[in-house]
Amino acid sequence: MMKIDKDKLIIGAAGPVLALVTSFVLTVLVLLATGLDPIEPIRLMIENAGYSDVQVLIVNQTGIYYLAALAVAIGFRMNLFNIGVEGQYRLAAMVSALVGAAVDLPGPLHILLIVIVAIATGAIWAGIAGILKTTRGVSEVVSTIMLNAITTSLVAWLILPKNFGVQPAGSNDLTTGQIAESGWFPGIDMGDGGQIYGFTFVALALGVVYWFVLNRTRFGFDLRATGESESAAQASGVDAKKMILTAMLISGGLAGLAGMPILLGESHTYSLAFPVNVGFTAITVALLGRNHPVGILFSALLFAFLDKASSNLDVSGYPKEITQIMQGIIVIAVVVSYELVRRYGTRRQQQKVGEELAAGGAIKTDKEVSA
Amino acid sequence: MGIASAALALSATACGKSSNDSGSSSTTDSKAVKAAIAYDIGGRGDQSFNDAAYAGLKKAEDDLGVKGAEAEPSQGESDADKVARLTSLARAGNNPVIGVGFSYAPAIAKVSKAFPKTTFGLIDDTSVTAPNIANLVFNEEQGSYLAGVAAAKASKTGTVGFIGGVEVPLIKKFEAGFTQGVKDTNPKAKVLTQYLTQPPNFDGFSKPDLGKAAAQGQLDKGADVIYAAAGLAGSGSIEAAATAGKWAIGVDSDQYNQAGLASYKDHILTSVTKDVSDSVYNVIKSVKDGKPQTGEIRYGLATDGVGLADSNPAYVKMTDVTAAVEKAKKDIVDGKITVKTAP
Repeated sequence: MMKIDKDKLIIGAAGPVLALVTSFVLTVLVLLATGLDPIEPIRLMIENAGYSDVQVLIVNQTGIYYLAALAVAIGFRMNLFNIGVEGQYRLAAMVSALVGAAVDLPGPLHILLIVIVAIATGAIWAGIAGILKTTRGVSEVVSTIMLNAITTSLVAWLILPKNFGVQPAGSNDLTTGQIAESGWFPGIDMGDGGQIYGFTFVALALGVVYWFVLNRTRFGFDLRATGESESAAQASGVDAKKMILTAMLISGGLAGLAGMPILLGESHTYSLAFPVNVGFTAITVALLGRNHPVGILFSALLFAFLDKASSNLDVSGYPKEITQIMQGIIVIAVVVSYELVRRYGTRRQQQKVGEELAAGGAIKTDKEVSA
Repeated sequence: MGIASAALALSATACGKSSNDSGSSSTTDSKAVKAAIAYDIGGRGDQSFNDAAYAGLKKAEDDLGVKGAEAEPSQGESDADKVARLTSLARAGNNPVIGVGFSYAPAIAKVSKAFPKTTFGLIDDTSVTAPNIANLVFNEEQGSYLAGVAAAKASKTGTVGFIGGVEVPLIKKFEAGFTQGVKDTNPKAKVLTQYLTQPPNFDGFSKPDLGKAAAQGQLDKGADVIYAAAGLAGSGSIEAAATAGKWAIGVDSDQYNQAGLASYKDHILTSVTKDVSDSVYNVIKSVKDGKPQTGEIRYGLATDGVGLADSNPAYVKMTDVTAAVEKAKKDIVDGKITVKTAP
């Protein structure tokens, strides 16, 4: 029993490790090909990560990626590819910022309202794709990509000053207005290093909830079963359509939360400068983390490290884009290496079963002989 | 280089130290002025806004012996990243530190308090003010008004086109001025307006194919002068207009003289210039001279901070056009014409 678990663990870790090593080697080759010292930028990045302010940035970014990647992962477990996390995240951040700026409530209620609006907005937006899939069989890949494009136009329209946006006097930015202080989520002050967003801890707690729901509840079992085989799950009495819709709603709700660390902890408004591409990076993070809450945590940490520790590279004369190259290669490498590892695992399993069968057969013949 | 990395290695061993501490020891010993610019999205090499800021820094390096530093933004970063970047530039002894673009406003509001003796330049924003902040702003609408006058005069079909890169308030100032200029000159003229992308999709500033397609559409609708305020994407519009034998109007710098557009330059009627490089240079110079700029520094037609380029000989020959432009310029400077900043 123990042996099988160990095997599983090794095979599980082999994919990400193979992907990381490949991307690292290829990045070094790219640096060599462009005539740059391949080790120095990596040394600089590790050195940067030693500073407290960079550490705070990394921790905060990890929380954001973690939430968005959980949203992607719950879809993956259900065999749904929610590419729309980016759109759900942006629309939810914008709408909840609008509502948050419009009302004035006592502290915890104000925050709670903003969070609920964010979850609802993300869930509704993803739910559109869910309904299209369950009623019309539209692939969620196509519909969520389209919803992303619609999000861009919708947010751009909503944020116009003649609609709901605010253009501060003398500024060329558009915002949704400032959320009153009662709607700020308290963070942990790290002195010189800055502030760790309080919502980062909510993100981690949600990782635990994710693990519990998926692995320790009937719902989680149904979800994973439907993800493995829709028809088999249906045969065993699971309403697959309901599961698809529920998974999309949860995925969208989590995506909506991804904007909260920054909205509640720092910007307190949605502006043209609100970070983008979180939802797309999260797809890679979830893939690299194998949809496992602990795996995702580490890959979110890695991506946050690549993002933040590289921000000073250009000052030292190295292009910081190398981390984007690295992240890009990880996407490809992760897919290829998982397939390789999966094939190896299947072969190994077949081999084992074969051995066991052969051994079993031998026992049987022994018995026959003795009989 | 070796010493610098050794110093960094030393500071790295002190755990829990902030990255900003690393430069502080080496700042006081040199008297030379160090200036830094933090770029907007796109960074150096965008052939537009950021490059203009760099040109100003480069000029300060050459003329004033200033030591320049540059920092580029990362994709999808938040205000916290900008705060960290500006802080490290300020800590390293750079003065002034210039944020290129309005998105630096919230970050400069925070960092300027921590470094009261450092001057911060902030381009395209006056919403954040402090004694040590120089708000460098431009009357883009005034330059665009003149472009509108020139377009209306040069047009034979009575239809002209405006192409905006990304639909943001800044670009709407260009549109507002241009449209007003056209209408004031020829009330019957038609202005076709199109934006290439919506924020946060900033492709409209960087992808020439988008500008080309939009210009093609406007040409098909009868436009014979097209003004594109779209950064690098505008070069696609210039290409389309020039290929069709119509007029294009450039933006930000004098695009008639840009090497990349040399084959189309005969069709570049004029360009609306925005002197970002001078504004950057002036801040650096003011700090070096010991009289740092502060508050709103406005660059308009009156100070030639914005204007219309006249390097195309064909444009200079159209005396009726240039006369109308000169008159409009005088009227704006004298306050007889007020140009709208929003369409």
